[in-house]
Amino acid sequence: MSKWFRENAPISARELTDEFMRLKRGSVTRRHFLAVTGLGFAAAVLARQPGLFTGEAHAQEDLGSAMSLATWPNYHDPATFEAFTAATGVAVEVNVFGSNEEMLAKLQAGGTGWDLFVPTNYTISTYAGLGLIDPLDLAKVPNFDPGTQNTRFTNEGTVDGKVYALPKNWGTTGIAVNADKVKSKVTSWKEFFEVAMTEADGRAMVHDYQLTTIGNALVSLGFSFNSVKPEELAKAEELLIRVKPHLYAINSDYQPSMRASDAWMTMCWTNDGAQLNRDIPEIQFALGSDGGEIWSDFYAVPTSAANKPAGYALLNFLMDPQNAVKEHIANGAPTTDSRVLSLLPAEITGNRIVYPDEAALTPLEFGAAVTLTDPARAELMARFKSA
Amino acid sequence: MPLTMTTKRRLVTAALLAPASAWLFVFLVLPFIAMVVFSVGERGPAGGYQAAFTFAQYANLPARSAAYWNTLMLAPAGAFLCLLVAYPTAYYLAVKASPRHRLLLVSLVVVPFWTSLLVRTYAWMYILGSRGIPNLLDMIGIADVRLLNTPGAVLLGIVYGYLPLMIMPIYVSLEKLDRRLLEASADLGAKPLSTFFSVTLPLSLPGVMTGVALVTILLLGEYLIPQLLGGGKVFFIGNALVDLFLQSRNWPFGSAIAVTLVAIVVVVLMVAMRIAWRISGTRQVDLV
Repeated sequence: MSKWFRENAPISARELTDEFMRLKRGSVTRRHFLAVTGLGFAAAVLARQPGLFTGEAHAQEDLGSAMSLATWPNYHDPATFEAFTAATGVAVEVNVFGSNEEMLAKLQAGGTGWDLFVPTNYTISTYAGLGLIDPLDLAKVPNFDPGTQNTRFTNEGTVDGKVYALPKNWGTTGIAVNADKVKSKVTSWKEFFEVAMTEADGRAMVHDYQLTTIGNALVSLGFSFNSVKPEELAKAEELLIRVKPHLYAINSDYQPSMRASDAWMTMCWTNDGAQLNRDIPEIQFALGSDGGEIWSDFYAVPTSAANKPAGYALLNFLMDPQNAVKEHIANGAPTTDSRVLSLLPAEITGNRIVYPDEAALTPLEFGAAVTLTDPARAELMARFKSA
Repeated sequence: MPLTMTTKRRLVTAALLAPASAWLFVFLVLPFIAMVVFSVGERGPAGGYQAAFTFAQYANLPARSAAYWNTLMLAPAGAFLCLLVAYPTAYYLAVKASPRHRLLLVSLVVVPFWTSLLVRTYAWMYILGSRGIPNLLDMIGIADVRLLNTPGAVLLGIVYGYLPLMIMPIYVSLEKLDRRLLEASADLGAKPLSTFFSVTLPLSLPGVMTGVALVTILLLGEYLIPQLLGGGKVFFIGNALVDLFLQSRNWPFGSAIAVTLVAIVVVVLMVAMRIAWRISGTRQVDLV
């Protein structure tokens, strides 16, 4: 606190605390408290000045007072949104989804109210083709620097030469196992499904997400993660339906169950793996030696967004390396931006869950666009769930 | 021209019925027509609906037979369990409880409705999860018991969530029971138990039927409880529907399932009314 502030404050911190305690004890009225501390006056002034805390940079555009973001479970630091609201006056409503298909379904049905959302690499060409997302106006995102991006992860944001989406994080879909409960080593999807039916009977989770649940079942059978061949899908369905009675749940938000040891093993994204392992060391994360998914997530603005200025403002805020690095430290998903990488502490860049050896990534596949719209995969997933 | 009495009466009736009719037409009849039209269509290339005329969606209904089976077994089972718990409660409230406390006790039955079912179901997730009852069992040496995400947990959630809906109609029918009939039964030499079975129970059956029909019909469309307490594994038709619209984007198939569900509800309702009529020997039965 600056000297100037201390001398000009209507009340010292000490006195404020005393008055607050008196209020809590009921010794003084609320009116007395608001008057003596100056808070009542301050609140009255602020109420009349809606734009008071709106930063200089946003002065030219009306950002409104609220916006909506659609994203994935456990994927952001709540402090990021608090900081954004403090800087712009825009409150962020966060909607969480467990699959890209769910996001697509909502956007196709219309009326989502999202101003920004987080689609995965393989979906962007479909969104662009269906006219559900607009090409981005990069002039509104000065914090984004294409020169510092790792194009291995970011090229799918560009469709037909136009940038539709900016990168958020990359990552993998691996296996998280509570080593206190499951003694077997689970290092492949083949082992994952075997252990799910034996040692982890009733305690294993798969995603409520066709891409990874069907994809990893395919991988365990020696097929491609992205297969849409009917005979291979039939074998995957047969495996999934055999495993289903042994599962604990079909849910993409598996952290609560893993933390409570309701579930002992799950399909797991890098960021969740890093968070779980950081808080509960016995929960270990491994990539399938037989394959699996490598992904990158993006930010995109829906064509139907009601408050695009706020969507862009949050996008620009998140592209600021200073903010992105805090997000990274909190959520544990690796970055595509070398500026963020250089700001990270060594314990994160050296974390093998977050930044695995290149050799471990070799068998992994990026999701393919065809899996998003393939009716056979969609129906297979729905049949598996309702079986 | 002066209006005759009958015309006036008709106009008043029309005016009174207009809001409800308009409401039902816009929010029930029109959507239902849309659903029937969708159900004979095809899934679009990226999902959604594409105009067509085919019964392929209805032919595919057996692909959801497990969900239908779960729903048609667990909904009546849940309603029956509700009844077993609700009847003694309602009997106590209507007959045994002192009139001084009755209002308070009846309010207590309704109080849970002041909180969202979602929140209360989440509470059950914690009670049944590893940190709840299984944790207590662990302390007395029974390790690794799993209660959450089982059909039993779904049934428990159903009974908990729908109990007030069963208690209230039974309570109402027991409360308006004429006490003189019970006295007459006793005067004629009936023991309390036989008075209950030959007087009280038959007279409260309309309330029982209302409760059972109400809970069964609501359960046929249940989504939340199987999703949260069944781990997305114990599938009701409601869950299959949500999945088809919000994940696999197969609107025509979803519509076909929804139309079929409506047909099932209508049949269940008609059968329930028939039974209620036969039992009470009158057509003056209020169902729902």
